[in-house]
Amino acid sequence: MLSYDLAVIGGGPAGMAAALKAREEGIEKIIILERADTLGGILEQCIHTGFGLHYFGEELSGPEYAGRFIKQVYDTDIEVKTDTMVLDISKDNVVTACNNVDGLITIKATAIVLAMGCRERPRGALSIAGSRASGIMTAGTAQKYVNINGYMPGKTVVILGSGDIGLIMARRMTLEGAKVKAVCELMPYSGGLTRNIVQCLEDFGIPLRLSCTVVKTHGKERLEGVTVANVDENLKPIPGTEEYIPCDTLMLSVGLIPENELSKNAGIELDRITNGPSVDEYRETLHKGVFACGNVLQVHDLVDYVTQESQIAGEGAAKYIKGEKKTGEYVKTQGENGVRYIVPQRINRETDKDVKLYFRVGKVFKNVRLSVKCGDEVIMSRNKKKMTPGEMENILIKLDTIKSLPSGSTITVTVEEA
Amino acid sequence: MKYDVAVIGGGVVGALICKELSKYDVKIALVEKCNDVAMGTTKANSAIVHGGFDAMPGTLKAKLNVEGTRIMPSLCGDLNVPYRNNGSLVLAFSDEEVEHIKVLYDRGVKNGVPDLEIISKEKVKELEPNVSDEVKAALLSNSAGIVCPYELTIAAAEVAVTNGVEFIRNCEVKAISEQGGVYELETSTGKIEARYVINAAGNHSDEIAAMIGDDSIELVARKGEYYLLDKSYGSLANHTIFQCPNKMGKGVLVTPTVDGNILIGPSASDENEKDNTDTTPEGLEFVLSKAFKSVPSINIRGAITSFAGVRAHPVTDDFIIGYSDKSDRFINCAGIESPGLSAAPAIARYVESLLIEKLSPEIKKDYAATRKAPVRFRHMNEQQRRELIKKNPAYGRIICRCETITEGEILDAIHAPAGARDVDGVKRRTRAGMGRCQGGFCSSKVVEILAKELGKDMNEITKFGGNSKIIFERTK
Repeated sequence: MLSYDLAVIGGGPAGMAAALKAREEGIEKIIILERADTLGGILEQCIHTGFGLHYFGEELSGPEYAGRFIKQVYDTDIEVKTDTMVLDISKDNVVTACNNVDGLITIKATAIVLAMGCRERPRGALSIAGSRASGIMTAGTAQKYVNINGYMPGKTVVILGSGDIGLIMARRMTLEGAKVKAVCELMPYSGGLTRNIVQCLEDFGIPLRLSCTVVKTHGKERLEGVTVANVDENLKPIPGTEEYIPCDTLMLSVGLIPENELSKNAGIELDRITNGPSVDEYRETLHKGVFACGNVLQVHDLVDYVTQESQIAGEGAAKYIKGEKKTGEYVKTQGENGVRYIVPQRINRETDKDVKLYFRVGKVFKNVRLSVKCGDEVIMSRNKKKMTPGEMENILIKLDTIKSLPSGSTITVTVEEA
Repeated sequence: MKYDVAVIGGGVVGALICKELSKYDVKIALVEKCNDVAMGTTKANSAIVHGGFDAMPGTLKAKLNVEGTRIMPSLCGDLNVPYRNNGSLVLAFSDEEVEHIKVLYDRGVKNGVPDLEIISKEKVKELEPNVSDEVKAALLSNSAGIVCPYELTIAAAEVAVTNGVEFIRNCEVKAISEQGGVYELETSTGKIEARYVINAAGNHSDEIAAMIGDDSIELVARKGEYYLLDKSYGSLANHTIFQCPNKMGKGVLVTPTVDGNILIGPSASDENEKDNTDTTPEGLEFVLSKAFKSVPSINIRGAITSFAGVRAHPVTDDFIIGYSDKSDRFINCAGIESPGLSAAPAIARYVESLLIEKLSPEIKKDYAATRKAPVRFRHMNEQQRRELIKKNPAYGRIICRCETITEGEILDAIHAPAGARDVDGVKRRTRAGMGRCQGGFCSSKVVEILAKELGKDMNEITKFGGNSKIIFERTK
């Protein structure tokens, strides 16, 4: 069995940032285990720009953003195993993995960072009626065919779901000469970033149809068309609004699910809303010494925030390894009135820094007041012009405030009328 | 090409017939219109090995069901196909239905079904805690089980091909003529000559029979829709849970699969179009509402896919198996609806006996009746995995992360006798792409591997043959 201070599972932006931060904090024996054949994660297929505006203050493509971290990792002696799949994490932090060079390996790690990312919701989860023709795929799979393999996955396209990958692919397919006939979104608002709606749809004249869904797929072998219909306020298709759109490809961008199969098998408690582990302010899960960051913890829309979050996890793991991480009383966090969840789910009262709470809202809010409360007491509040489910929000809680919270209390983030 | 026997249709019936006949010194062709075996009713059904109490005594259905269910465990052992003797329950929700399960019990006894019991509500709840509290009693059939229908078919085809049967894909029979005691099959890939023809063409067996002037087979295409739930819901049911049957069939069931998922369905609707496997909102809604009645805690959030299959319902309500009235060298196996899968091993032996009477062939000395167990990395312990990867590093590369399927297993599936030629073929043989992400991550890798192994360009690889292409030309 191999022995490391820190094993990082996943070599995407989250895993790399966590490993680098832990190294910066003085941790020596670190290994990154990555299932793909290179570091970089999903960024490798995100060849569009828009990455790094917050973190680097410049606009980079996905591979460029990843590349900066890959270089840093290889400039250190952090060990990297690519093409390596982690099969199991045991309750006593033993990681079992395999690849075609080392065979089966087991690694005993003092701390583990989970950075496995997320996957796309597939068609089956949607129960769209109709045929099982080819040409129905998630937007991410299509993106891989175009950007990595160099093949066109379709010529006439309808996209269901207006998540960011769907919006990006609408533009990408158009640039490659395909005709994107519509982007249909079940909800009355888009699930993607506003900038992507403008730059990927509006700039190319691609219609975004809100409160609209695909009710049927047609075609025996390759897809030949889809029937779309408008939906009512209960999201049920309205009879009589059906419209047939001929197309050879249906791309799905209907949500991302953190990849927590390993976490579940290890008995790590997950948050019902985020589908990621429940963590403290240093992103430590309820399983001692196991940390989580990036899309495996909560689905992000900006990689810059992934990096920041992962640095927090890396720092936390380093503190844990050095025996410096505080164990004490926690206060809980919760969302209310349209605030769907809060990460972190708990904060140590004896923590040593300000803590940013990250969250998403469940619907579009305009001109509201965002308040943080402890019991009836308003700790802080600020006005918000607009909040949408597609954009992750955050609010900073000062260290002094945290220290002043009564033991056993809960902080609530809530939306109120301005 | 000239053959002694041409078997038309590579479903579970055709493949098992080929497997049985391949022990003799006869030249056999398995003629299949699709790109793989198990592409019709075989791949989309309830995957159940029925006890055998449904069919009326004296029918072929009754006889071959009970016999097939008896043979199934040892056959699956020989072929290394997953089979589980999980038993089945028919739930009764009213006094009337309690009477009905007694009728089924008596019928089962007449049909020769072993180990039937009528059990109380308490016993039902003890066996299946998730069954509705509304249940009054149930018929327990201990001999019933579950099997993977396409894996059974694939394994049978592998054994058949290993023993010399020629598997001809993408070969649709268009017309049949006869000259001097030899049938000539005009197909989409050329002419095939055969002395004997076995018609196992599923929903199209009426058309195949009509090609020799036999218009006696009347079939109705009956569609059934299903939901498949994620493995995390696998503990919802242990037995196969039926409701009382009706005139359209055995009703909606809730059953575990041999792979640990939960399957619910089927609906039953008669269709004009034989190959219409489209799912419908109504059909899926129906399945769900009926399944709730048996197991109220079913959660549709667990659905990872839905699908439909079309079964060939014979208007006579019984299997049609035997020599055609028009020819003593043409055997029909038609109208093989439920319990067709359960009966298939017995159907194959029955057809074997019909043919052997006429052909009296020698048995091959080197007949290999068993299939070696395919490598299943996911079922291995650490030590076995370690040794496996040491022997062949391709087993150390995980391609499908949801189901933990290795590159080595995919290579095996492609290079097996009657091996996979498309993405769905790899999926049925290995489970790559069958997990919760439904191929989101691995399908492009599977396309790459298929292209490399088959010496093709990636854009020539299909989902399931024909025009089911996955990608088009190169990007600009």
